[in-house]
Amino acid sequence: MFFNLKNTFYGGVHPPYYKDLTRFSPIEEIPPPKMVVLPLIQHTGAPCEPLVKPKDKVSLGEKIASSDKYISSPIHSSLSGKVLKIENFNHPTLGKALAIFIEKEETEEKFIEYPQKKPEELSPQELKEIIKEAGIVGLGGAGFPTHVKLSPPKPIDTLILNGAECEPYLTCDERLMCEKPEEILKGLEIICKITSPQKIFLGIEDNKKEAINIMKNSLHKLGLDKVKIVVLKTKYPQGGEKQLIKVITGREVPSGGLPFDVGVLVHNVGTAYAIYEAVYRGKPLYERVITVSGKAIKRKGNFKVRLGTLVSDIVEFCGGFLKEPKKIVFGGPMMGIAQWSLDTPIIKGTSGILFLTEEELNLEESGPCIRCGKCIEVCPMKIMPASIALASEYNRWEIAKNYNPLDCIECGACSYVCPTRRNLVQLIKMAKLNHG
Amino acid sequence: MDKLIVSTSPHIKTKDSYKKIMWSVVLALIPTGIAGVFIFGISALKVIVIAVISSLLTEAFIQKLRNKKITIFDGSSFITGLLLAYNLPPKVPWWIPMIGSFFAIAIAKQAFGGLGHNIFNPALAGRAFLLASWPRYLTTWQYPRWHIDTLTTATPLGIVKEKIPLNLPSYGKLFIGDKAGCIGEVCILAILLGAIFLLYKGYIRWYTPFTFIFTVGLLSWIFMGEGLFKGDWLFYILSGGLFLGAFFMATDYVTTPLTKKGKFIFGFGCGILTFLIRKFGGYPEGVSYSILIMNAFTPLIDRYTKTKKFGYKK
Repeated sequence: MFFNLKNTFYGGVHPPYYKDLTRFSPIEEIPPPKMVVLPLIQHTGAPCEPLVKPKDKVSLGEKIASSDKYISSPIHSSLSGKVLKIENFNHPTLGKALAIFIEKEETEEKFIEYPQKKPEELSPQELKEIIKEAGIVGLGGAGFPTHVKLSPPKPIDTLILNGAECEPYLTCDERLMCEKPEEILKGLEIICKITSPQKIFLGIEDNKKEAINIMKNSLHKLGLDKVKIVVLKTKYPQGGEKQLIKVITGREVPSGGLPFDVGVLVHNVGTAYAIYEAVYRGKPLYERVITVSGKAIKRKGNFKVRLGTLVSDIVEFCGGFLKEPKKIVFGGPMMGIAQWSLDTPIIKGTSGILFLTEEELNLEESGPCIRCGKCIEVCPMKIMPASIALASEYNRWEIAKNYNPLDCIECGACSYVCPTRRNLVQLIKMAKLNHG
Repeated sequence: MDKLIVSTSPHIKTKDSYKKIMWSVVLALIPTGIAGVFIFGISALKVIVIAVISSLLTEAFIQKLRNKKITIFDGSSFITGLLLAYNLPPKVPWWIPMIGSFFAIAIAKQAFGGLGHNIFNPALAGRAFLLASWPRYLTTWQYPRWHIDTLTTATPLGIVKEKIPLNLPSYGKLFIGDKAGCIGEVCILAILLGAIFLLYKGYIRWYTPFTFIFTVGLLSWIFMGEGLFKGDWLFYILSGGLFLGAFFMATDYVTTPLTKKGKFIFGFGCGILTFLIRKFGGYPEGVSYSILIMNAFTPLIDRYTKTKKFGYKK
């Protein structure tokens, strides 16, 4: 190797980060909206069944939907009010999904902290139950139910807390680390109590100097000498689970495998914070911190919002648009999902909303592959995006298969560098669907 | 608010577009052109201009015929024209670069489907066509214009191969271009300037050019002398079109392998073939044919040089 692979991984790209648009904005609470729309599926797994019916009164934090399937996560009301209806509505990742509409009452009821046993007295099993009942899922984006992740089928020896936040624009994890470091670490302690790892790491990219210092001080203050902070090189997708594990432990998650196959568990810092709130304050997941950014929106920043808040309410709170947005993206610009309507609710996995202008997007038409090989140079999974895409373009699925499209993590690095603007991720996704 | 665009991620793209890369290559080729005109005079400029214009016009004409969008300003046919001219002697008749460019674009590029689909390097295919059709014009060489002797001469490789009783230029002269040869191959200094720019920008990688030049040097050192390991390797790498071919034609994206491993193999293959042609072939120089032959092997190389993927047992 001719380049240094310490604290970084093979491939990757350096997109413009635009983190300064929001990184200095302290987390601010957006007042609860008049109405929220809570989709019955906000996680990876089985959808929930509603526990309420129209006209029912619900209070803030009340469980309103659940499932008896193991891989699922209950949903709680994010307002005190009345159930309006249960209908199909826009969903940020699925297009349409069944959702519960809740209207706010005149006076907002404050959430009452449950009287609970002290966290130290709870057994791992009880802690897991609390996390499950609080509806906590991975807040990094994928939304996998946390209680399932906390019960790995194989023993794990390493726990990694992911504070890399490598997606451009997004700064919500960074703000959370700056403002709630002790809470995050207490959440981390709970995860440790449940999974008892021997080694614990906190990975943060080196462009978040303030967060690194604050976390270091808090570790010291809480006497958590076991936790090691790993300062990672800033490069996208450093926060990708497989890349993070490789950098920190040197282990490669096998193709088709999961982190526990190499004895590792990865959790997002936001998830650790939610766990803290559930265990210490008895608070279910009904609100989260999101980054609102992009050059089209007037006020950018980090906001604590109720789940189910519609984008239109957030736009109104942020003072409308400066310029016309060409794309509205849930999540980061590299892996986020473009929305077609402002009437789309925030769900558990929404880490940010970006209002992107034409200038930020670069809407050039895509051209033919010129075989420059840039996509292969940047692919962190070391697959050959160009070859998959060429086969996929002509529906030659049996050829595409030879290049292992299923290993693609859809990070978007290949499409980002492609000089002829080919939609490589889309073509690889098609190859995945037709893998057979 | 107007309509929102909905498409798959990622939503941002690098600024390094294909056009930017192509025009950067043109920029990188400019010092070589200036050197060629400086060395051989205005006739070289004439060849360059005719080649480029014919190349652009052919591209527009064929794209019109094929009902495709006309993309002559993307830089790629400009490069083909430039490279074809750089591969011609400075005093060919005016219709030589014209026909060469037409063949390069119409047959070698557009007939295969246009940009990204051609198997052979268009400029080199054009040159091969000309060399096969009008060998006399393609092998008539001039001295640089400051030599009083205006008669035709031979290239340094030709002098060695045909055992012509002429003095060989010094290494320094070979390097700066005080020798007979094609317009763009003589001034290695200018070629390197452009190459360093492209390497710095990351638009080309060193894998192929380095392997190509190294292989030619090594084999020349071993076999080109009187007895083994006595060859004048420096003379053989500084003569002929090796640097131009290695940095600007063996690095063409479309016609060379995709992966790093493939690029090494390609360079190695070009090196061996160049040596074989120079040593045993009928021509004194073999760079362009070696690249064309390796172009034909590119799909095969690609098939056997897949990347080592993440998450598989080594």
